[in-house]
Amino acid sequence: MLGKKKTKDVVLDALWGDNPVFRQVLGICSALAVTNLVINTVVMSVAVIFTTALSSFTVSLLRKYTPRVVRMMIETLIIAFYVILFDQALKAYWPDMSRSLGPYVGLIITNCIIMGRAEAFANANPPAISFVDGFFSGAGYAIVLLAVSVVRELLGMGSILGIPMPYFSTGLWDRWIIMVMPPGAFFTLAIIVWILRSVKLAHEAKIQGAKK
Amino acid sequence: MTFGGHMIHLVVILFASVFTENILLARFLGMCSFLSVSRQVKTAVGLGFAVVFVMTFTVALDWLAFQYILQPFHLEFFRFILFIIIIAAFVQFVEMVIERYSPALYQTLGIFLPLITVNCAILGASLFMVIRDYNLAEGIAFGLGSGIGWMLAIVAMAGIREKLTTARIPAGLQGPGITLIIAGLMALAFIGFTGVLSGR
Repeated sequence: MLGKKKTKDVVLDALWGDNPVFRQVLGICSALAVTNLVINTVVMSVAVIFTTALSSFTVSLLRKYTPRVVRMMIETLIIAFYVILFDQALKAYWPDMSRSLGPYVGLIITNCIIMGRAEAFANANPPAISFVDGFFSGAGYAIVLLAVSVVRELLGMGSILGIPMPYFSTGLWDRWIIMVMPPGAFFTLAIIVWILRSVKLAHEAKIQGAKK
Repeated sequence: MTFGGHMIHLVVILFASVFTENILLARFLGMCSFLSVSRQVKTAVGLGFAVVFVMTFTVALDWLAFQYILQPFHLEFFRFILFIIIIAAFVQFVEMVIERYSPALYQTLGIFLPLITVNCAILGASLFMVIRDYNLAEGIAFGLGSGIGWMLAIVAMAGIREKLTTARIPAGLQGPGITLIIAGLMALAFIGFTGVLSGR
């Protein structure tokens, strides 16, 4: 039975076992663009975690009252509701950040991860555990993006969160401008995916070997 | 602005959105389908045409909705939901029309249409249109150019990936990893267009 998973398993699966970014490279569209600066990525990560957690919770809460035929439509509306909340709050309290994120906060609506969690988990599980699943799926995604943004900002600007780093911000380090431009995002993510997948493949091979 | 000047302005927006501000390689939109549907040139071309068509029309429809429904009632924050509904409805409508009148076209294009509703590039184009304050003609030029740019990128990627099937790639890099690296190289190549044109 799918609904009987333990909380710990749910958390581990969301962060590592089924991490949407490096398992399937899903949902990077709306967020890769903001990884040029760590601070942008942090705000974007908060937005994604906020939306996945609360929309999974709401979808699960309404799962018994939602007619199956209009399920997708309702899920989209729930997700859009939370995204609008975040977008409006950001616009009101941090207009500069809202401007520099541009349309990408709104594009969280079309992020496949959120819809994916609603479909694959929240539809068949109680609200509390769905919230946990949504929260950590968002967190798993955020960790990868933060890693990308730290590498990009450090190598490209010599700083992290705008704070100059020793060595990288001095004349000894020739700043890799390419890292803050679009190709840098592709290369960094590719290398992170490569490392994580290799670790995972080696781990699986070890388990296989132990079984034999 | 004279008529000629206006036309040149539109052509600049069109070319800028194809090359210098490619919606996929510079703005990272539509990555999901770009990574998963770029294995064969034939399917990439089919999806590409569908995106060009849908993007051009939905940007125009969304512009009308924003100008005549959302702005007069000060409901700008509602645009995410309205745009998604318009895109979904338009895609559904096109699917029905094609199925009824051109089964041959439905065979090649129809299967890609449902995929497009969730393609973030489509919604992204409309959101950029709002942010940059385009008028209707500029919006259409931008939608058309972004669609063509997206198609160009996915077809080029599919061509490269077809050749890659015979290459030896490290196990951890297979699939998405190598695709991202190629996308990075393509983005690097497209940066070469910077300075030729600016769409803003």
